[in-house]
Amino acid sequence: MLLIPCPWCGPRPEPEFTCAGEAHIARPRDPNAVDDEGWADYLFNRTNPKGWHAEQWCHSSGCRQWFNVERHTVTYEIRRVYHIGEPKQVEDDVG
Amino acid sequence: MTVARYSLGALIRHATRREWPRVWRSPDPKPTYDVVIVGGGGHGLATAYYLAKEHGITNVAVLEKGWIGGGNTGRNTTIVRSNYLWDEASHLYEKALQLWEGLSQDLNYNVMFSQRGVINLGHSPHEMREIARRVEANRLNGIDSALLDVDTLKRLVPCLNVSPSARYPVLGASHQSRGGVARHDAVAWGYARAGDARGVDIIEQCEVQGIRREGRRVIGVETTRGFIRARKVGVVVAGHASVLAAMADLRFPIESHPLQALVSEPVKPVLDNVIMSNAVHGYISQSDKGELVIGAGADQYNGYGQRGSFHVIEATLAAIKELFPAFSRVRMLRSWGGIVDVCPDACPIIGKTPVAGLYFNCGWGTGGFKATPGSGWVFAHTMARDEPHPLNAPFSLERFATGALIDEHGAAGVAH
Repeated sequence: MLLIPCPWCGPRPEPEFTCAGEAHIARPRDPNAVDDEGWADYLFNRTNPKGWHAEQWCHSSGCRQWFNVERHTVTYEIRRVYHIGEPKQVEDDVG
Repeated sequence: MTVARYSLGALIRHATRREWPRVWRSPDPKPTYDVVIVGGGGHGLATAYYLAKEHGITNVAVLEKGWIGGGNTGRNTTIVRSNYLWDEASHLYEKALQLWEGLSQDLNYNVMFSQRGVINLGHSPHEMREIARRVEANRLNGIDSALLDVDTLKRLVPCLNVSPSARYPVLGASHQSRGGVARHDAVAWGYARAGDARGVDIIEQCEVQGIRREGRRVIGVETTRGFIRARKVGVVVAGHASVLAAMADLRFPIESHPLQALVSEPVKPVLDNVIMSNAVHGYISQSDKGELVIGAGADQYNGYGQRGSFHVIEATLAAIKELFPAFSRVRMLRSWGGIVDVCPDACPIIGKTPVAGLYFNCGWGTGGFKATPGSGWVFAHTMARDEPHPLNAPFSLERFATGALIDEHGAAGVAH
């Protein structure tokens, strides 16, 4: 079970949280300019890295706030918790 | 090399002489193959076997980073059924079930396929309506499926708690009597042996680290045992599809999650069906050794760690204990996790990719074991002919752009 440091409530057990998958997926700014492959990429395709992963969590049984987490998908270690809207750091640090 | 055919005579001969020949060779990789299959699980080995048997393509290597049967093939809960809702999925899984029914004879290897029946419980009027819909859809597709009332259920499964005072009372069930279980290791071993006998090279301890291309065409794979050239490469790596896809600069609609299972200490025969419940989330059967084999739900986060969170197991055991009060003091022997590649519509991707000569068979999510023979059969066809078989044509990568998704979240039967 993960111990997740909520930025507002502090460390709490995983069952209090909901994971909503990969963070920083931006909706296309001009939907009319996007073709079917572009929509498929936005809607369905995911990076799904084996390594560091920026993902969205909600403290759904607590303060109900959304926030982002950088977590390793093999060791499950959490190294960073940050607010929605802050830039990610993982980028090419995937391994 | 000749493979000794298994028979009663062979059993007696080997038992008295105490000599058991190797079941498959352990060759060094050749520099070039017609087809390289990445991943030596059940699906990959079945693909190689059907390439040789159905299409006469025998210059084939199966590359396995670990050992045969050591990945998801040995981590599932061995359930086989074909009662899916939509035509596309039910045709594919029914093809697999028909192959299961003759598999031990075909492979000359006992995969211990036991058609003991699969029962899906309903706990609410809405769920019973959905179950009835699925039963009728199955019957329209020629798949055996029946609706059970509580009295019949009680006769079939005496230890099931069907009391109206249960926390989530059982209102009925669907029943596929041709469904059941098979021994998962034996499936991998049987396909490995039968493929090897037809000339397929099975190369263990050989991890693929890159997919080499020339323009838009695949030319081979970089491995821990050097570069291996291939005209066609089929990737069948449950749990690592996105990682292999990234080697060819592809992005897939897949997320990998841990899925846990556990077995109890062996007990006397008590359960001779497979029981599944989507609502309280648990599924259970009893192995031939007597262990209760229990499957949990998928963990919510992405994970490649082959382990999940304890509260997921706890919730499943609570559900099992509620359904089978007699199991409350059974001790669990071990638990484990596998990595499942889940697609947005809970259906697999089987087909070509934008890279010529590169094929993927992946995204089976939480229920790939049951499809093993059919998956290999259609994937072998796809690779041999460079076009999908009608059975797997709907399961293309393109469906995510065209919107022709096949929503099987209900029939997939595992919460995720």
